[in-house]
Amino acid sequence: MKWLALIAVIATGSLLIYAVSDFPDWGSASSPANGGVEGAGRSVSQTFIEETDTLTHVPNIVTAVLADYRGYDTMFETVVILAAGMAIFAILRVLRDTEKPVDQSKHDPSIDGDHQRIIIGTTCRLLIPVIQLFALYVVAHGHHSPGGGFQGGVILGASFILLGLATDLETAIARFSEKQFIGLACVGIFIYAGFGVLGQFYGRGFLDYGALQPIFMTDGEPMARSHAMLGVEVGVAFTVTAIMFAIYANLASKGELKNGL
Amino acid sequence: MIEHFNIIILVLMIITAIISLQVKDLLSASMIFGIYSFLICLLWAEMGAVDVAFTEAAVGAGVSAVFLIATVYNTKRRSSD
Repeated sequence: MKWLALIAVIATGSLLIYAVSDFPDWGSASSPANGGVEGAGRSVSQTFIEETDTLTHVPNIVTAVLADYRGYDTMFETVVILAAGMAIFAILRVLRDTEKPVDQSKHDPSIDGDHQRIIIGTTCRLLIPVIQLFALYVVAHGHHSPGGGFQGGVILGASFILLGLATDLETAIARFSEKQFIGLACVGIFIYAGFGVLGQFYGRGFLDYGALQPIFMTDGEPMARSHAMLGVEVGVAFTVTAIMFAIYANLASKGELKNGL
Repeated sequence: MIEHFNIIILVLMIITAIISLQVKDLLSASMIFGIYSFLICLLWAEMGAVDVAFTEAAVGAGVSAVFLIATVYNTKRRSSD
């Protein structure tokens, strides 16, 4: 087994080294990394900086690159996150009903338990709405200020994790059940891919947001791209929120979704 | 001035990376890994890559630390190597 692993590593390594020979020469003017210097072509980043605003009306160039210019990348990154969640589900989740009663020791009815519940419970009751509101702001303003679907989704998922940590997993699951989070994760991907397919109905390419201009009823394609980017970010946020909470719930309770941390 | 700031962060990052690999207590290792993430987040923010810094703070320092701690809680606390 050890030898097999060694052979696999050596084979992969030599393939990678072989691939390096395909790179442009060091200092070559045709290399994209050297774009913008004297004698070379125009640099890619220069194009993004100059044209993003006129083409997409999105002030945050990073989001425009992620959601529009590199739309395929971001879509499959979201699929990767879904796949990671599904892998953890497949490995950890116990689907048999274990008949184990919910551990009551966390619900300490004594005065000490009460104190802990009051302090932690009150803090979280004040904190969680603020965190969730901020997460929604980050998603909604992803194309105008730093942030976007990934960050907002992680923050939204973290607010549910905080609820699970502060009370117990059952309380968090009651608000965001397994059926809901698995459904939401898939809905997020469907939203993203849906915006891509929608453009094809107008005879344009997949993920060509400019084609959605008749749907959004904007004047000009740049604004339609801006709106579509917001929609796509919402899809990403759905998936990331659901998967973050799903991973936490499965890890914390060894896949039983009860008696967690 | 900003150069000194960079050097301090980079040195601290190497120190935390080595400690989080060397320490035997896996809970401390997860916490130190969170510190590493915050340091690199600081570096991204200083370089002007606010989007990346945001992601690093939310994913690297926030959620992945929780995942690691949840895993440590359900497995062994001490590393055997």
